[in-house]
Amino acid sequence: MSTPKIRLRNVHKRFGNKVVLDGLNLDIERGESVVVIGGSGVGKSVTIKCILGLLTPDEGEIEIDGKSVLGMSSAEREAVNRQIGMLFQGGALFDSLNVWENVAFGLIQGEGRDRQAAKEIAMEKLAAVGLGSEVGELSPAELSGGMQKRVGLARAIATEPEIIFFDEPTTGLDPIMGDVINDLIVKCVQELGATTLSITHDIASARKISNRIAMLYKGEIIWAGPTATIDQSGNPFVDQFIHGQAEGPIKMELRRL
Amino acid sequence: MNPLRPLGRALLGFLDATGRLAVFALTSTSHCIRPPFYPHLIVRQMIDIGYYSLPVVGLTTLFSGMVLALQSFTGFARFSAEGAVATVVVLSMTRELGPVLAGLMVAGRVGAAIAAEIGTMRVTEQIDALTTLATNPFKYLIAPRLIAGTLMLPVLVLIGDIIGVFGGYIVSIYKLGFNPATYIKSTWQFLEFEDVFSGLVKAAVFGFIVTLMGCYNGFNSRGGAQGVGAATTNAVVSASILILTFNYIITELFFGT
Repeated sequence: MSTPKIRLRNVHKRFGNKVVLDGLNLDIERGESVVVIGGSGVGKSVTIKCILGLLTPDEGEIEIDGKSVLGMSSAEREAVNRQIGMLFQGGALFDSLNVWENVAFGLIQGEGRDRQAAKEIAMEKLAAVGLGSEVGELSPAELSGGMQKRVGLARAIATEPEIIFFDEPTTGLDPIMGDVINDLIVKCVQELGATTLSITHDIASARKISNRIAMLYKGEIIWAGPTATIDQSGNPFVDQFIHGQAEGPIKMELRRL
Repeated sequence: MNPLRPLGRALLGFLDATGRLAVFALTSTSHCIRPPFYPHLIVRQMIDIGYYSLPVVGLTTLFSGMVLALQSFTGFARFSAEGAVATVVVLSMTRELGPVLAGLMVAGRVGAAIAAEIGTMRVTEQIDALTTLATNPFKYLIAPRLIAGTLMLPVLVLIGDIIGVFGGYIVSIYKLGFNPATYIKSTWQFLEFEDVFSGLVKAAVFGFIVTLMGCYNGFNSRGGAQGVGAATTNAVVSASILILTFNYIITELFFGT
């Protein structure tokens, strides 16, 4: 059996006395698209931030390509991040830069390419997400939410990363734009052959962009299986979540993290 | 209830905050002196912090110099020491008012802007996005601002000193009837290198403090628009208090006996 692309073992993370991740285990194989579903505040974002090195887990092990990423020097960590792309929930575009500079940011700052070459690649990536070259000169603030998501996607794939994270890719979009983004994600991921990890609470989106789904509840993965089998999970938590029922074993947390 | 408990908690909170700030300051400084550097960002910040603060600092020091001449003239007339006005103006401007007033004005103008900009970048995940694009936010966001602040404030203060002395000159000549040649002569007569130099050292320290507090509060802001607002307020208030504190300490180091 090959080493998984990303491996989380017994990851714990707490803020103050609030336990967020409580022994999380998850393996993501090379080329696999995994979606983690779960309600608000169960630790989905924290999981991704731990893998990215934005947060350090209190306990446990995180490996990328079989190498532990905890306790890496900042130079090693940067090298790992260079093969990771991320689409943020709000886009997180740099508003001091225009659209093409945003897309080219990883190429210019991260990889040190010259601006002209980076601009050409950026325009290609913008075209890949269905945006014309005239958009490249606009400022991110001039774009609608859906357009910002597209630019964010273009930025995430610009350096042709091996791993891509999607944080709530369809949240805050209308259903049509949400589906457009889903299609773009599937298309881009197939072209790159990337390994992806997404977090969402949009079940339609999860079904479309994943080949495996894992359900996170109270800091642990309580169910994981191929996307096709989610309707027959036999797990009352999963059933309640995918059918969006107020009644069931899951009780809503009042306070956010 | 133990009456000492709130006291201890306040002390621990203070030590905690001081420690965090110290670690932040050391990390930031170490990134200021290690490559890679971003020269174009440093230049842009120098223009923002230095050039665009000129009108504010110029007007502040101009009127301070004018009022200083007027006040010391009416005060000194009581014991027939009007001749000391020029010396009082130039020493007060270079040693105290130039650096302190410029520092406080820049804290309001630049410190607030830095905290608001970096704070917004934090809450919209732009700082996380920098990390995922293999760019260190300390190097890309903070180091250029600290370098620019530390270098530009002495320049601003030097210009402010000259404008302030000029303001005193205008009032003394056109309102109080001093002889221009005598006034200029007595301005130079007792001025020593150390007077100007200590003011410029103060300016460099104040420039570092203002940009550091702006960056620190912005970088650690939490919780949306309100958090950014709080960060902005804290940046200006803490920078102003630290400026006045360090003003005393540096004066003590230079001129204390």
